[in-house]
Amino acid sequence: MNSTRNSIIGKIDWVTVLIYLALVLIGWFSIYSAKYDELHPNMFDLSQVYGKQVIWIVAALFIGFVVLLIDAKFFNAFALWIYFLVIASLVMVLVYGKATKGATSWIDLGAGIKFQPSEFAKMATALALASHLGRLDSDLRKRNTRLISYAIILVPMALVLLQNDTGSALVFISFLFVLYREGMPGAGIIMLLGVAAVMLFVFTLVWSQKVMYIVLGVMLILTMVFYLIQKKKGIGKMLAVFACLFVFVFSINFAFNKVLQEHQRTRIEVLLGMKEDLKGAGYNVHQSKIAIGSGGFWGKGFLQGTQTRYDFVPEQHTDFIFCTVGEEGGFKGTAIVVLLYVALLVRLIVLAERQRSAFSRIYGYSIAGIIFMHFAINIGMTIGLMPVIGIPLPFLSYGGSSLLAFTIMLAIFVKQDAYRLNIL
Amino acid sequence: MGIFIAVGVAFLLKLFSLQVLDRHYKQLADNNALRFLTQYPARGKVYDRNGKLLVYNEAVYDLMVIPKQARDIDTTLFCNLLDITKESYIERITKARNFSPVKSSLFLSQISKEDYAHIVEVLYKFPGFYFQTRTLRHYPSAIAAHTLGYIGEISQSELDKDPYYRAGDYVGKSGLEKSYEKELRGVKGLKVVTVDVHNREMGSFMDGELDEEPQPGKDIYLGLDADLQAYGESLMHGKIGSIVAIEPETGQILAFVSSPSYDPNLLVGRERGKNYLTLQEDPMKPLINRAINGTYPPGSTFKTVVGLIALQSGSIVPGTRFHCAGPGSMPIKCTHHHGSSPDFANAIMNSCNPYFYESFKATINNPKFGNIKNGYQYWKDMTYNMGLGHRFDTDIPYELSGNIPTREYYDRMYGGQWNSVTIRSLGIGQGEVLLTPLQLANIAATIANEGYYYPPHLIKCFGDTTAIPEPMRTKVATGVEQRHYKTMKAGLRTVFSGPAGTARRYEMADIPQCGKTGTAQNPHGNHHSLFIAFAPADHPKIALSIIIENGGYGATWAAPIASLMIEKYIRGYTERPELEKRMLEGVITYKNER
Repeated sequence: MNSTRNSIIGKIDWVTVLIYLALVLIGWFSIYSAKYDELHPNMFDLSQVYGKQVIWIVAALFIGFVVLLIDAKFFNAFALWIYFLVIASLVMVLVYGKATKGATSWIDLGAGIKFQPSEFAKMATALALASHLGRLDSDLRKRNTRLISYAIILVPMALVLLQNDTGSALVFISFLFVLYREGMPGAGIIMLLGVAAVMLFVFTLVWSQKVMYIVLGVMLILTMVFYLIQKKKGIGKMLAVFACLFVFVFSINFAFNKVLQEHQRTRIEVLLGMKEDLKGAGYNVHQSKIAIGSGGFWGKGFLQGTQTRYDFVPEQHTDFIFCTVGEEGGFKGTAIVVLLYVALLVRLIVLAERQRSAFSRIYGYSIAGIIFMHFAINIGMTIGLMPVIGIPLPFLSYGGSSLLAFTIMLAIFVKQDAYRLNIL
Repeated sequence: MGIFIAVGVAFLLKLFSLQVLDRHYKQLADNNALRFLTQYPARGKVYDRNGKLLVYNEAVYDLMVIPKQARDIDTTLFCNLLDITKESYIERITKARNFSPVKSSLFLSQISKEDYAHIVEVLYKFPGFYFQTRTLRHYPSAIAAHTLGYIGEISQSELDKDPYYRAGDYVGKSGLEKSYEKELRGVKGLKVVTVDVHNREMGSFMDGELDEEPQPGKDIYLGLDADLQAYGESLMHGKIGSIVAIEPETGQILAFVSSPSYDPNLLVGRERGKNYLTLQEDPMKPLINRAINGTYPPGSTFKTVVGLIALQSGSIVPGTRFHCAGPGSMPIKCTHHHGSSPDFANAIMNSCNPYFYESFKATINNPKFGNIKNGYQYWKDMTYNMGLGHRFDTDIPYELSGNIPTREYYDRMYGGQWNSVTIRSLGIGQGEVLLTPLQLANIAATIANEGYYYPPHLIKCFGDTTAIPEPMRTKVATGVEQRHYKTMKAGLRTVFSGPAGTARRYEMADIPQCGKTGTAQNPHGNHHSLFIAFAPADHPKIALSIIIENGGYGATWAAPIASLMIEKYIRGYTERPELEKRMLEGVITYKNER
């Protein structure tokens, strides 16, 4: 036992672990500041959320440590079991779940402990995908392999969507990076098409359909002229592409008005500046920007944030925790946090690339993708670059399920990395 | 990996511009605390039918607190300033904190203009506290307390029903204030101001972009005639009962007196609770609006209803005569002395009991109905059409429906074995039948209109062009033909003009009045004195009911008061000083003490 421990301490990637610990600590202090109550100044006061976060941190560290002690092969071997267990719990949520802020994503375990399976679903999906693609007979150029990969990603994604938890469902898009990295033909094109579709969507909403028809029409004419002058072939294909574009633009208003829910519509309109609604949907973002923007370069200092203290930003200890960092830590603080994330992500990719087993590599890419999506969506939302989508900032936001899930996710990879040399 | 770094750099750039380059947010945060001030709209004013002001508003100030911002308070100084005890301070702040530490709560309500000026100067020493303006109701002429009603702090159940309200809001609790709450209240506005760390309001937030102007409540013009109302109230002084006067042409209520009454100004301001208790404990029950919450046996006034239904059903014709043996009549004796076989007009003039008992009996035993139960059902349905046994449900809250017994009731009561003799008292307005003064006045209005009525209501119009609710503008026909009403009207005219008319002493040469006396036996002591009337006979402008509890004969109190009300309304003054003096000074409430 002792020798295992010594060896694991020597082998684990301390850069990753230290970044992790730094983020968790920043999170705890930020939660304390966001929820500070002069009647309960003790950071360990268990009646307050910051006291509870201590419990979660200790629990996360303990479980993370246990994960490090588990045999590295276990996770590959049991990946599918873990995956099915999580799928089962996602189904359970739909049946027995509790609704919080519009999303039904909690299971009440009694004794005041609630559990959010969607947080664990990302990790389980990463494990299952890595396990599936890591098999020797897997090849993304084969249809079978691709179909199973799609199923592994889309089933939990759909279940999470059914819980009305759009934010968590969006995170599953990050697996596209993995498929791209693993050489799936067309993954790059899908990503490009995705970006193009989002751009078209935004332009159409901002400029209205009519303008888009004119723009597309002009482009069509120019292309036709170009083709005719150059006497190029493939004009039929080109026309088909334009036809698709017209249909897409035509369907956008319908999708926007009929498919999206009211609050989602408003959030997008607010983000695009089509609607000024500083009391309703725009309130959070506006207050969040005030809090972050007022931090200046050096910040107002720990517990000195006026916006934070007077509860201007709703959900400040959970999804909007970055506001506290921004207000009290200033640009100095936000830069540190952003850099820590970028460093962590880069480090994870570096680690993934040095893996000998496909399983570890794919898993590494997957979790880098997941953390990246959370990071990009959450911080993007607080500074008004993204619509408001309620997902936590990994390691910083208050919440047991989220912290435990991310810790386990990371610990599994650290363990795989420490074990990499044992694989021939 | 590239995209990670790219997004990281993008975030850093945006953060740098947001935090370091852009000073706008810094300024926004400098005015760091936002205070959402509710802008209470002025509640609508109330006028009488001639534009005389009945209710207006006066500003008072509520001291509000946001507990989380209320720190480092010098409580001794603060309590002295507000003239409250330290215990009271702790109790109030705890209550506010329990509601919400970050939302504003009412700390001390209705501070007068003078105290406000004095406190606001030093309020900067007490962060988290601020003033909010409110308006209080005032009643310049202190009349029509029951009609106007009062406003009070909203109750929890009212809060749960309507998300418009916040704890501490004032809502109409009774009378007009209740029925027109939505119109009178207007729409609350919002003013967002920034507050600096010294609790000073720094002005509008974002140039008032988020502010919403309050929309003042609608003014209301009542059908009430303030002079007539005041006159009625003075006539009722020293008496228990009510006066309801209706304009037959519209159904608008001209006077709505319930006696004893109270000064509506008592139920305003900080003394409200104390005054309310006093009024509530008063044995004369001044808070009860007897015009709608008193239900009385109508006595002989009910003979109008019985007669009309008998005529309509063809059970009698105006020439029908029934034998009357005076006090020796069976099964109901007659209290009046007249010719032994009166016809319809004579029976009305003399208020002959046997005649109307026989008419009632002839109606429900009419062979065309098959049996007495169907006959009774027809009779009851007709009374319903005439506005009895149900509420009008216009704009008078808490109205009672009175009682016209159902046939099922008699079946239960008498085991199914009953006949016209069993229920004979109905024929003369006694027994189970109970009417409110409002219903009684409406009978008078219906006869005045010769067959229809508009559901009696308080409002004449809104201050703007909004139409009054449809039901109040809808004519209701009683189902009795006009010719029968003409017969009835002629009969009621003789009550004043006839040689034996029960109200002949109150006849006026130039204002032809119609009326019917009633003397109702009741279990509470002396008979109630009742009268219904309208005038002028040809083009009635006013129809009314008077009830004087334990006043004895209808002709003693109710009839002269009705006649004076008619004279006052039509002439604008009265020419019978002696009668007036006797009525004004008559005190009969002592008879009620047993």
